[in-house]
Amino acid sequence: MTMLSDRQQLSYIASQAADARLNVELETEGMTLNIGPQHPATHGTLRIICRLDGEQVVWAEPSAGYMHRGYEKLTEVRTFPQVTTLINRIDWLGSFANEVPFILAAEKLMEIEAPPRAQVIRTILFELSRIANVSLFLGDLGVQMGAITPVFLAFRDREYVLNLIEGATGGRFHPNFDRIGGLKDDLPKGWIDETRQVMIKLQQFCDTIEDLLFGNEIFQSRMRGIGIIPADIAKSYGLSGANLRASGIDYDLRRDQELPMAWDKADWRVWTHPDGDSFARCWVRLQETRESCKIVEQLLDQIPAGPIMTKVPRIIKVPEGEAWVATENPLGEMGYYVVSKGDLGPFRVKIRSASFNNISVVPWALKGVYVPDVITILASLYFILGDIDR
Amino acid sequence: MSAVLAVEVPYWGQSLLRVLGGLVAVLLPAGTIVYLFLFKMMSFMQSRLGPMEAGPYGSLQLVAEVGKWMQKEDLAPENADRTIFKMAPLVVLVSTFLLVAVIPFGPDAYFTNFAVGVFFGLAVSSISVLGILIAGWASANKYSLLGGLRAAGQLIAYELPLVLATLGVVIQAESMNFQEIVVAQNTGAIFGFEWLGNPFIFTQFIGFLIFMIAVQAELTQAPFDMPIAESELVSGYMTEYSGFRFLIFFIAEFATAGIFALIASLLFLGGWGVPFVWFDWNSLDDVSWWMNLVGPLIMLTKMLLLTFIIMWVRFSYPRFREDQLQTFAWKVLIPLSLANIGITAILKVAV
Amino acid sequence: MPKVPGLIKGLGVTLGTLGKTVTEGAATVQYPHEKEAPPVRARGVIALHEGNCTACMLCARSCPDWCIYIEGHKQLAPPRRAGGKPRQVNHLDRFDIDYALCMYCGICVEVCPFDALFWSPEYEYSEPRIADLLHDKDKLGEWMETVPEAPALEAGAQSK
Repeated sequence: MTMLSDRQQLSYIASQAADARLNVELETEGMTLNIGPQHPATHGTLRIICRLDGEQVVWAEPSAGYMHRGYEKLTEVRTFPQVTTLINRIDWLGSFANEVPFILAAEKLMEIEAPPRAQVIRTILFELSRIANVSLFLGDLGVQMGAITPVFLAFRDREYVLNLIEGATGGRFHPNFDRIGGLKDDLPKGWIDETRQVMIKLQQFCDTIEDLLFGNEIFQSRMRGIGIIPADIAKSYGLSGANLRASGIDYDLRRDQELPMAWDKADWRVWTHPDGDSFARCWVRLQETRESCKIVEQLLDQIPAGPIMTKVPRIIKVPEGEAWVATENPLGEMGYYVVSKGDLGPFRVKIRSASFNNISVVPWALKGVYVPDVITILASLYFILGDIDR
Repeated sequence: MSAVLAVEVPYWGQSLLRVLGGLVAVLLPAGTIVYLFLFKMMSFMQSRLGPMEAGPYGSLQLVAEVGKWMQKEDLAPENADRTIFKMAPLVVLVSTFLLVAVIPFGPDAYFTNFAVGVFFGLAVSSISVLGILIAGWASANKYSLLGGLRAAGQLIAYELPLVLATLGVVIQAESMNFQEIVVAQNTGAIFGFEWLGNPFIFTQFIGFLIFMIAVQAELTQAPFDMPIAESELVSGYMTEYSGFRFLIFFIAEFATAGIFALIASLLFLGGWGVPFVWFDWNSLDDVSWWMNLVGPLIMLTKMLLLTFIIMWVRFSYPRFREDQLQTFAWKVLIPLSLANIGITAILKVAV
Repeated sequence: MPKVPGLIKGLGVTLGTLGKTVTEGAATVQYPHEKEAPPVRARGVIALHEGNCTACMLCARSCPDWCIYIEGHKQLAPPRRAGGKPRQVNHLDRFDIDYALCMYCGICVEVCPFDALFWSPEYEYSEPRIADLLHDKDKLGEWMETVPEAPALEAGAQSK
């Protein structure tokens, strides 16, 4: 496998391949393959333009924007309570986690904090949405590589988590449950016991996936040593979340920053992996799902009694100012930069979503790999189209 | 076939019977495999029920699917080479029908009784490569082209271990005729123990394993399904096919699965026969006429057993990468099967 | 104990699931024949208690995608007590929700100051034509029957 050293050289080779008249004897004509926008492996409408030499990728470039919905602009003409409805749809598999940083930013501007009970319940729902998100990743991983069974098992067990989220919030996919100053409602009776049972099932699901997929020798031969992203490259491309931790960087916003959330009340650890290859990324996600289950199990015992909302005016006007809050979302670091001019709605919102940065490493990671590896590397980087295009 | 009826049948009648028998022998296993394994077993392995609405327990689902495919428009891409684009599925299907011609289902229930049946079977099985390659090329689609090329590389690479694994059986049975291989297995004895006969799965176990792996690859089932690879190449060489041409590919895929399972049961599991000791038979001529009726059932059972394994593996494993597949064939399977042939030959001469 | 190869383990998992499905039944539900009961809080459809609505337009204004259409007029209602003056009330002429636009966020239900809007877990109201998803106040009123009681809260909750 020819690993090309840098990007200039790559584009040089690409231009050479197109310009076949220079050296006709040994040059094989390159082929441009559009992976996407309509392709089963791109979870939506991502387009990756690959220049191939045989089955080897010489040059690759992601082309995002086929599903751009303009949420940053839309938020400027919505009121603060309406914005959560929209941002639910950014990372649609872990919707509740999208709301939290925005609400925290608004609360920071208003200089209020949710009551402790709301903080713990927020954290529980946050972790549940992480489980819902990552468990689908674990199943989808198999489909990207031709194993069809894991995804059905993932859908089966993810359904329990979605039922929990629906039971508490009313919405399966788009909870819209977070409010400035707390939560919309308290938990219904029996929810905590149900959650305990589901967490046991989800841990069993992790074991099943480990037996079915991660332990499989074919899976390992496809994943190990493929798509290695070293730590410095990962940093310079702004990767976050499990992709960054799989490159050996111990960085988790849940632990590394002070937020009015309840992660510090639970005993858990941040998993890292030294390899930085596709397998490491998947493995770190698997371990994180287990950690999330543990966090939820521990926090269920620690829900304090009390109100669910602080006192906020019925019509919310956020005072003038700017705030940036980022959290460790299922896909990585997700942050909102909220600028308010004291109106009903934000003046400007900048959304930093994890997937957009995570796929920016694609041109670097894909050079010199084979077409089947394109799919596994993309799968292991794990992006959600809504999170890229917003 | 003609002798089963015990009446003189004219030549055209025999031909008609053979064609009908061939259709049954191709479509019946294909339908059974699709319903039992693709619809039901796969669903059960994924804790769902599969089709339940068409017919009792969804048993008529396949009929409904065929009806659906038949009424779809027969599309061809604008830049496709239309003649060979339309021909490709038929070429694949022809290979399937030619394969079934050499398979005996009973002492007299066969279509043809070649002296070199094994040779013929292995030869015609590779015709399907041509169909797949021209399907990939004629579609004028980059994914199809990649799929077709992958299929060609893969099928040629796995043809070798398939042939070499069969050679061990041929050496042991001293014949290339399927009937004689069956008789050799059912009259033989392992270590003087006659009651089970001598199915070659015991003596040729490595050969059997290699054969099954190679069959898995020949059928392009996971973990060797790169030519189709729906997450990479959309649907490989089948991407541009719709309607009944896709249906033909589909039938050919599962019918060939059934027929390869039949061949494997002939070579390794004793075929249509029961150990001849049970009924005090000594040679093919002693076998009672009712074996012509029971034989096909025995074959069907063995075929279902083997396709169960093929499908079970298919639904459990992720797929290899193209270069890993080639490495596996050339560096593992072929040396292993060569060693198997060598050992078999030495033992055959020495013992 | 030697490590079981992952290939064998994987086969075991699928066979185990097969056995489980055969003995314990599938995880799926055969939908039109049997139905799952959605949770009490499920946001299925918005029901309207027409008598409570004063056509104040709060819901229509707070809807993020403006899918609520309200028309009303002022009229005089008979006095509450005999001999009193006739009261002026808002009469609701039209209350339509376009479910083709609705994002099911629940803001309208939340802002309603008169408890006229409720969530119902009812979900079987799909239509072959997208325009038929615009439901008027009579249809929304019919769903009032399916609105469940609010669930009891978990221990430690403070009732409002």
